[in-house]
Parts: sequence; structure tokens; C-alpha cells
Amino acid sequence: MTCQDKTPSPADLAAGNEPAEAFLRRTWSTPSGLLAALSTVDHKVVGRRYIATAFMFLLLGGVLALAMRLQLAFPEARFISADRYNQIFTVHGSNMMFLFAVPVMEAMAVYLVPLMVGTRNIAFPRLNAFSYWIFLAGGLLLWISLLLDTGPDVGWFAYVPLAGPQYGAGKRVDIWAQMITFTEVSALAVAVEIVVTVFKLRAPGMSLNRIPLFVWSMLVTAFLVILAMPAIMFSSSSLILDRLVGTQFYNPSEGGDALLWQHLFWFFGHPEVYIIFLPAVGMVSAMISTFTRRPVFGYLPLVLAMIATGVLAFGLWVHHMFVAGLPRLGSSFFTASSMAIAIPAGTQIFCWLATLWDGRPIFKTPLLFIIGFLITFVIGGMTGVMVASVPLDTQVHDTYFVVAHFHYVLIGGSVFPLIGAIYYWFPKMTGRMMSERLGRWAFGLIFTGFHLTFFPMHILGLQGMPRRVYTYPPELPWAGLNLFVSLSAIILAAGFLIFFTDAVRSFKFGPAAGPNPWNASTLEWATSSPPPPYNFRHIPVVQSAEPLWADGETLPVATGLRLDRREVIVSSVTGAEPEARESMPANSIWPLLAAIATSVMLIGSIFTPWAVIWGAIPIAITLTGWFWPKQTPEDES
Amino acid sequence: MKERIALDLSKLPLHGMGSASLTFWGTAAFMLIEGMGFALTIAIYFYLMSLAPRWPIEAPPPDLLPGTVLTLLLLVSIVPNMLVSRWAQRKELRKVRLGLIAMAFMGAIPLIPRVFEFPALHISWDDDAYGSIVWTILGLHTIHIVTDLIDTIVLACLMFSKHADNTRRYGDVEDNALYWNFVVLAWLPLYGCIYWVPRL
Amino acid sequence: MISLFVAVCGVVFVLVMVVMTWALVRRRNPAPGRPQTERSMGRAVSAAIVGTVLVITFLTVSSFYATRSIDWREADPATVVVRGQQWWWQFTYLNADPAKTVQTANELHIPVGTDVRLRLEATDVIHSFWVPNLTGKQDLVPGRENGLTLHASKPGVYRGQCAEFCGLQHSHMALLVVAEEPDDYARWLEAQRNAAVEPADRDAVAGKLVFMSKPCAACHTIRGTAAGGTSGPDLTHVGSRSMIGAGLLENTRGSIAAWIADPQTLKPGNNMPLVPLTSEELQQLSAYMSELR
Ligand code: HEO
Ligand code: HEM
Ligand SMILES: [Cu+2]
Repeated sequence: MTCQDKTPSPADLAAGNEPAEAFLRRTWSTPSGLLAALSTVDHKVVGRRYIATAFMFLLLGGVLALAMRLQLAFPEARFISADRYNQIFTVHGSNMMFLFAVPVMEAMAVYLVPLMVGTRNIAFPRLNAFSYWIFLAGGLLLWISLLLDTGPDVGWFAYVPLAGPQYGAGKRVDIWAQMITFTEVSALAVAVEIVVTVFKLRAPGMSLNRIPLFVWSMLVTAFLVILAMPAIMFSSSSLILDRLVGTQFYNPSEGGDALLWQHLFWFFGHPEVYIIFLPAVGMVSAMISTFTRRPVFGYLPLVLAMIATGVLAFGLWVHHMFVAGLPRLGSSFFTASSMAIAIPAGTQIFCWLATLWDGRPIFKTPLLFIIGFLITFVIGGMTGVMVASVPLDTQVHDTYFVVAHFHYVLIGGSVFPLIGAIYYWFPKMTGRMMSERLGRWAFGLIFTGFHLTFFPMHILGLQGMPRRVYTYPPELPWAGLNLFVSLSAIILAAGFLIFFTDAVRSFKFGPAAGPNPWNASTLEWATSSPPPPYNFRHIPVVQSAEPLWADGETLPVATGLRLDRREVIVSSVTGAEPEARESMPANSIWPLLAAIATSVMLIGSIFTPWAVIWGAIPIAITLTGWFWPKQTPEDES
Repeated sequence: MKERIALDLSKLPLHGMGSASLTFWGTAAFMLIEGMGFALTIAIYFYLMSLAPRWPIEAPPPDLLPGTVLTLLLLVSIVPNMLVSRWAQRKELRKVRLGLIAMAFMGAIPLIPRVFEFPALHISWDDDAYGSIVWTILGLHTIHIVTDLIDTIVLACLMFSKHADNTRRYGDVEDNALYWNFVVLAWLPLYGCIYWVPRL
Repeated sequence: MISLFVAVCGVVFVLVMVVMTWALVRRRNPAPGRPQTERSMGRAVSAAIVGTVLVITFLTVSSFYATRSIDWREADPATVVVRGQQWWWQFTYLNADPAKTVQTANELHIPVGTDVRLRLEATDVIHSFWVPNLTGKQDLVPGRENGLTLHASKPGVYRGQCAEFCGLQHSHMALLVVAEEPDDYARWLEAQRNAAVEPADRDAVAGKLVFMSKPCAACHTIRGTAAGGTSGPDLTHVGSRSMIGAGLLENTRGSIAAWIADPQTLKPGNNMPLVPLTSEELQQLSAYMSELR
């Protein structure tokens, strides 16, 4: 035993004493200093960084959106050149999907899931740190390339041959494809962590029917990531191969096929939208119960609806290709499967409405965002049902109608719940409340600004305005609405600005929150705000689906974990019966080094295929350093 | 919140083996990711085949010899692999050490016929889409052999170090063996696809 | 179709909103979560799900029938080959007699009242042929052959535009469809089959010489002359078209001169290079082009 301290005993048998807590803190904490900050594997620290970075990307992507709206405000405007505009919409879309929406949801999970299942860290915490650094590197790659005027300019789904070796000049497309690789690696890493955390690290007694709905949603999402991302991994890599070493995957004159790309991309791309949406379903379910003061109505149907959405998600991809020339009647199958998604979606909506109906709504900011979400998402879902119909889609495909549809579901369906979730969990993450007054302003401006900005786009689409045009002629009847849309975007931006200001301000000056400011029912509220490095003084024992509402003032807990090493409980997959005390790795700089080595390899391979060979050596070295035992108490068994 | 002690866990083992081990589940999840990747390459192979007037597009079917030798070598390697796994389960350090060395060889030797598999395709990756997909399948699988080989070597070194005699390390050996089984089993459909589908 | 979908979805939306508002503002009875409330809510939710299934089935089936009705004409032989290029349209009017096939660009003439079958091809990247007021869009995919049927019931000029992002000047890849009475159409087609007229005006005669001696002829065809380039639009009857630059500018002598003088400013990145010319040559060229009716 390497523990030099005399007191207290390494096994936590003396419950509740101060020294034990100090001991735990020493074992789990992230010391101060730069090196320690770079080495931390605390899921809360990594999660907070992840969230902050993803919101940075939201802000930057929003700036690009405003730039586009400036250019489109007037016909034949010349604020932005064609080349710049094409880079801007490509980076806006890629950034929003790959650097904001997917990562931010995973980041919320990285922070919340371990707390919600009542454990002390996420499974594979070093992989988690690695994943953050890789995500950051991918984001920097994309944004630096845009700043250097070599940003990708082929749209966020980079159709070949436009993105292929012949027509995608320079390194722009390679940068896009490699940015994809970065974000895929980081997303897959988090997905694996989530799956294992939810399967094996749940608090004793948290059987399948007591798992919080947000955790369920992230579990389904993680499986979607695991099953969908290999397709985009293959497509981005094969695109680079086509461009760099002359493979012929997408070259029709050598037996390749342009539509193969579309199949692969959308086989990933459709599940991707539910990867963004399902976590929001989880957030709404978590918040709605708190703000109606009753458990969500229909726990089982909600879980089944999420699983059904996840399964169906793999059978819809052709609805993005209705005009690509596939047999029309065959496409009708995909119309049917796309429409079928409305059944689980409707189930969710109806269960939430029932919850609202029976509960006692408390109109705090998170609930406002939920109401905004319900209104907006139902509209977006309806337009989704419309574009899923072949004869309608042949008209509105690739027009602003589709742009309107997906902003309704992305912003209304995911970003609204997300902002609500930030208001909701901010006190947990920082220990301080955000402002209720500014929250109402933010909601009001974002909600009105959003609808004024995006609703007219439906009409523009029906009037024939195609998407991805950097300008349009004045003869066409689009100018008025475009100006209106651009002006409304300012209201939307103002709302976001208030939200960001509120978050930054409250981080320093918000009123102290206390452990459970909303009087919520799930385990993350059982510990202090912000939680200590070890999350829980004692691991809770779960006896119902609403552990904090069940037993008034007391929380059943488990004792017996050691204090001198990072110990958690491993429990069985279905019943969550304790199986072992497992140790979690201590802080380590190796994930950062491995991420640097991986980034060098990935970026190098944009320029030469040999980078894969020589770049593998530092990766192997850093991974060995990562896994080599460090002779800490954590290594005992 | 007041706490009420409901459970004492001090008797639980300090490390879980088998399905109580986190790394087992992590390995399984990564196998799912890669299995999905392999399944996709096969799907793409058939997709390209369905578009082509002839298949292979402009080449004879690949020679069978090197690929078949490799397949047999891989299949044979499962036996020592299972043994190592069993020894690790029983924590027999000496046997595990020898077994890992053996497995390092069993991982390295297939690379010899693998080198000959590429020319046996009679096509280059940049000739046509058929060449691209078969090279990609072979390349992808080779990466798997090589990574597991490196992993085995590092693990063997570890088992000769002072860190060796530890339940965790035995768990690592088991996971490594599990992963090798995956690398072998994943090869079988790929082998059928590359070598036998063109002969149908 | 669209009105059916909007109506059905609109009604469902309104219903959901009414229930939501009612749920939010209604007066509360004692405690949430009473067993009988749970049961009746369970019934209501199940009924709503069943309702969703019915509505969805109805929409799917009606979509299916509408799909069939846009599908049945696909077997006819094509009359026109549409070839999308970065960033203009090439139309080839097929004829059993190869001498009678003609090529033109960016302006498609069709007879009213008949189905005109288009064969859609692309040489470089994917484009999408879309004339909103005539029919839905269809992609042009390199290496594949797609088809589309146009049917205009009223004479007129219909604007169309490339709908699939195809690179730098995707925004300036428009086309016009001119639907004419069958007689007018036949006359037009006959005229298109003729070789280019010999210029009469002095400027235009000089312009023809300029055209032939400068790089112009390397990219453009003018039937009946030595100019036989194929990478740019066929100019045999360019003067008869109403727009130039794929819907960029009204076709006037002045705009032709402006275009030739500096195509890269008017449509940055397009594949026509700037050919250095004196202002006199420019005058002459634009005169020649306008005479090619
Ligand atoms: C969060 C993201 C998200 C979500 C949740 C959805 C949800 C849906 N989407 Fe959308 N989508 C998303 C993001 C995108 N979609 C796209 C494009 C797209 C296209 C291709 C359009 C085209 O390119 O021409 C189709 C056909 C759909 C269909 C659908 C359907 C049927 C749903 C359904 O899930 C909606 C279900 C919800 C409903 C229906 C409302 C609630 C249900 C109730 C209240 C029950 C009663 C309802 C009825 C009886 C109808 N989407 C694109 C464009 C990509 C690009 O081209 O750039 C994106 C990004
Ligand atoms: C903040 C307010 C936003 C505004 C005003 C806005 C505006 C726009 C506009 C005008 C386009 C169309 C560009 C074109 O077709 O030329 C666009 C495209 C897109 N937006 Fe947004 N957007 C916003 C936020 C978001 C968010 C939050 C997301 C994702 C979560 C998102 C995802 C996308 C995607 C994927 C595209 C498609 C890009 C492409 O065509 O390649 N946007 N946006
Ligand atoms: Cu989709």
C-alpha cells in the first residue's frame, strides 16, 4: 500500500466525517497549475470545457450565419464574393453539425451522465480527455482554414464529383474530410464511454426502469453514433484516398459511382440528425418533470419511442436523394419509413402534453424554452413529413423550404431544449443561478427572432428560391422577404447575445445555488453545486425512479469504497447489482500527447500518404505511455 | 441531504473480471464499431459489383494461394490464443508470458502471406473501383493485424516487467485475446468476398 | 398535394397547440399523479397515437398515388438531351437524321400540349434541372442517365435554375423554357437547323474575322463557319436567345460587348477567359453576335 497518510483508514467505513471528505478530495481533485489542467481526467472539468468550446463554435457559426444574411439581404449584393460565400455556408453547416450540435450534446452527457447514474467519473476518463483534445484540434483545423481563405466550399455534405479530385481544387476538401475524421474519432470515443458508463457504472439499484430519461436518450444516441459513424469514416477516408492516391471510388468512368457517396453520407447523415435530436428529447423529459412537479407521464413509451426512433433512423436515408434518379416507386418505401417516424415523435409529444396537463407548471426559463420547443418542433416535424413525400420533395428539395425545415428541427428541436438545459443545469455546473429576468428576455427574443427569421424561408422555398445561392436577381419576387429575414436574424442574434452575456455574467456574479435549487428528483441534485471532484461523498443507493422525491430528506447510500484511490462501483447491466469496486485512472498528460500525435498524423496525411506510416510511430509511443502502469494505488487489484 | 447507510461494499473485489470488467465492455464496443466498418466495406463491394458490367471489372479473380494460406494461419492462431486467454484467467504468469510470445509470432507470420496477397489481386488500387475496394479491404484488415500485433508485443513486455502479476494485466491479456479472435473472425467474410465472390 | 399536406398538418398542429395551451392554463385539481387521471391520460395518449397512425397512413398512401402519376411517362424516347455544365446548360435536339440534330444553350423551346422527354446528363459535377412552374426537379449525375418529362399546357416563358449546388457560380446557372404553339415550335426548330447567317453589316463582317482569329473559335461552335470549339455554348443562333450567361443578362448588343470585355467580373470564376480586345474589335464582335439570329 503506497498510502502514507495515517488517518483515516483507506476504506471508507467511518461515514460522514470531515477527514474522509478531505481525503477523497485529495484523491480525486485536479491540482492547480497548467500541467494539471492539461492532465485532468475529471469528467466535470472535461465536460465543462467541452460545453464551453462547443458554444464557442455556436457563436462563431452564428457570425457566419449573419454574414450570409447580410449578403442575401439585397439582390445582387456584393458584400461577399461567390467564393467566400461558398466557404461560409459550408463552414457554417459543417461547424454547426460537427463542431456544435453533436459535440455539445455529448458534452452535456459527459458532464451529466456520471452524476445522474450516481458514480464518480465517466468510464475511460483518459479517453474522454483525449476525445476533447481531438475535437478541439478538428475545430481549429476548420476555422484556421477558413481564416486563411482555404475553407471548404462544397457544402456540408460535400457531394462528389464537386468534392472529388478533379473539381475540388487545392486542399479545401481534404481539410473538410479530415475535420470529419477528427470529430468522428472524438464522437465515437464519447459514445463508447457513455455506453460503458450506463451499462456498468450505475448506482446500486438503478435497474433499467429507474434510469433517468436523459441517460436513456444518451444511451440510444451513443448506439446511433457507434453504428452510423463508421459510414462517414469510410466516406471521408475514401474521399481523401480518391484525392490523394488516385483510388476510383467515386469516378464513374472507372467503375466508381457518384451516388455511392450520397448513400454513404446519408446512411450516416440521417441518424446524425437524431444524434442531435434524441439528447434534446432526454433534456425535455428531465426538465418537464421538474417544472411540473410530477414524474414524466409514460416512462416506458418514451423509452420505447427513443429506441424506435433510433432503429428507424437507419431506414430513411434515401429521403435525401429523391431527385437523384433512383427509381421513384422504390423511393416510396422511404416515404413510408420517414413518415413512420412521426409515430414515435408524436408519442413523445403526447406524453409531454399529458405531463403538462396533469402537473403544476412552474413558468421558469427552462419551461419557457420547452414550450418554445413544442411549438417549433411540431412545425418542423410537419414540414419534415411534407418533404418526405416524393411529389412534394421534387419541388422543394434543395430550396429554402428545406433550409427552413431543418432549422426548425435543429434550432427549435434541439437548441431550444439545449438552452433551457443550460439554464437548468448551470447552477449544478457552476454553483450559481442564471438570471430569470434575462432568461425571459433571451427566450422572448430568440423565440420571436427565430420564427420571424425562418418562417418566411418556407415561403421563399415555395417561391422557388434555391439554397446555396450567393445572390439572386432583382427581377424575382424574393427580395422583400429576404430583407425581412435578414433583419429578423438580428433579433435572433440579440437573443443569443443576451443568453451568452447572462451565462458569462452569472458564472462570476450569479446568486449561489445550493445543491437542489429546482427541487428536482434525479441524483445529480443530491450532491453540492458544483459537485466535489469525487461527485458523491457516498455512492447513492437507488430505490425508485425519482430518488430525491421518494424519501423526503434522506438518501440511502453505500459505503465501503476506498478513499486513497479513485474507486467506483461496477454493477450489473440490467439490475445494477454491485459486482466489483473498480479503480479509475488518475490524471495523466498522455491523452493530450496522444491527441497531439494523432493530430499531426491526420493533418500530415492531408499532404502525403506516408504520414500515416511515420505518424503512427508517435501515436504508438504515446499510447504505450498512456497504458503503461504507473504504480499508483489505482493499479492494485 | 441526510444520508442513510443502506449498503456496505467493502467486501467487493477490487477489480472485476469478465463481464464485470469495464475494459471488456470497451473492447466490445470498439469491436462493434469496427465490425460495422467491415460490414460496410462488404456492402460497398457488392454495391460496386452490382453497377459493373463485369466483375472484377478489368482483372482476373485474385490468386487463391496467399489469401488461403493467411486464412489458415489465422484460424490456427485461434488455438494458442484461446489457451493464452485461459491461462490469463487462471493467472498462470509463466504460461501467459510464453503464450504472448507465441501470439506475437502468430500475429507476425500472417503478414508474410499478406504481403503477397496484394500482388495476387492483379490490380492496383488506382486502376478502377474494383481495385480500390479490394485494396481498401485488405489494407483495413492489415491495419487491424498490425495494431493487434503491436498491442500483443507491448503486452508481452509488460508481462515481463514488475507490473505483471496483477489481475488487471491478466484482464488486459484476456481482452487482447478477445480482440484477436475478432480480427480473425472478421477476416472470414472478407476472405470469401475478395477471393470467392469473383469466382461465383 | 401541397395543399392536402398543408391542410392536414395544419389541423394537427392546431390541435396539438390547443391541447398544449389548455394543459398550461387550466385550473388544477388537487394532486398530480392520481391513478384515475393516469389511466384516462393513458387512454388519451393511446388514442392520439392511433390517430397519428391513421393520418400518417393516409398521407403515405396519397403520396404514393401522386408518385405514380409523375412516374408513368418515363418509358418514352427522349427528344432533347440536357447536359449540365459548370455553369450553363447545353440542349441537343435529337433527330434520327444526325444532320438534323441541333445544339443550343440555356434556352429550351418546347411545344405546348405535348410531353417532351428530356435525357439528363452531366459531364463535370452534379446539377439539377428545375423549372418550378412546369415540374419538379431532377438531378443530372455524371456517369448516370436520368430522365424528366416536361409538359406545358400554356405558351409562355418559364424560368428555371440549377438546384443542386455545383460550385462557384451555381447561383448563375439559370435557363429559360419557351413553350410555344406547335407550329411556332416547328418553325423555330427549322430555323435552328440552319447554319449561321452570313453577316451583312460592315462591323459584323469585321467581327466575324475577329471571332475566327482570336481564341473564341477554340471554345465555341458557329455552324457554317470554321469555328468548331465545344467547351462553350454553341453560338450559331445566339442572337435569337433572350438572355446570355445562363440567365445573367438580357441579350442586347451592349450586354454582349460587356460580357466579352470582362466575363470574369460579371460572372466571377466562369470558364470563359478574358480575351484582350481593342474597343473597336469589341464593337465589331458584338455586332456579329447580335446578327447571329
Ligand atoms: C434535429 C434534426 C432533425 C430532425 C429531428 C428531423 C426530423 C425529420 N425530418 Fe429532417 N430532421 C432533422 C434535420 C434535418 N432534416 C433534413 C432534411 C430532411 C429531408 C430531406 C429534404 C430534402 O433535402 O429535400 C426529409 C425528407 C426530412 C424528413 C424529416 C422527418 C419526416 C422528420 C421527423 O422526425 C419529424 C417527426 C415529427 C413530427 C411529425 C412532429 C410531432 C408529431 C406529432 C405531433 C404527431 C402528429 C403528426 C402527424 C399526424 C403528422 N428531413 C436536413 C437537411 C440536410 C441538408 O440537406 O442539408 C436536416 C439537417
Ligand atoms: C443562429 C441562427 C442561424 C441562422 C440565421 C442560420 C442561417 C442559415 C442560412 C441562411 C443557411 C443557408 C445558406 C445557403 O443555403 O446559402 C443556413 C444553412 C445551414 N445551417 Fe444555419 N443558421 C443558424 C443557425 C444554425 C444552427 C444552430 C444549426 C445547427 C444546429 C444550423 C445548421 C445549418 C446547416 C446544416 C446548413 C446547411 C449548410 C449547407 O447548405 O451546406 N444553422 N443557415
Ligand atoms: Cu433525413
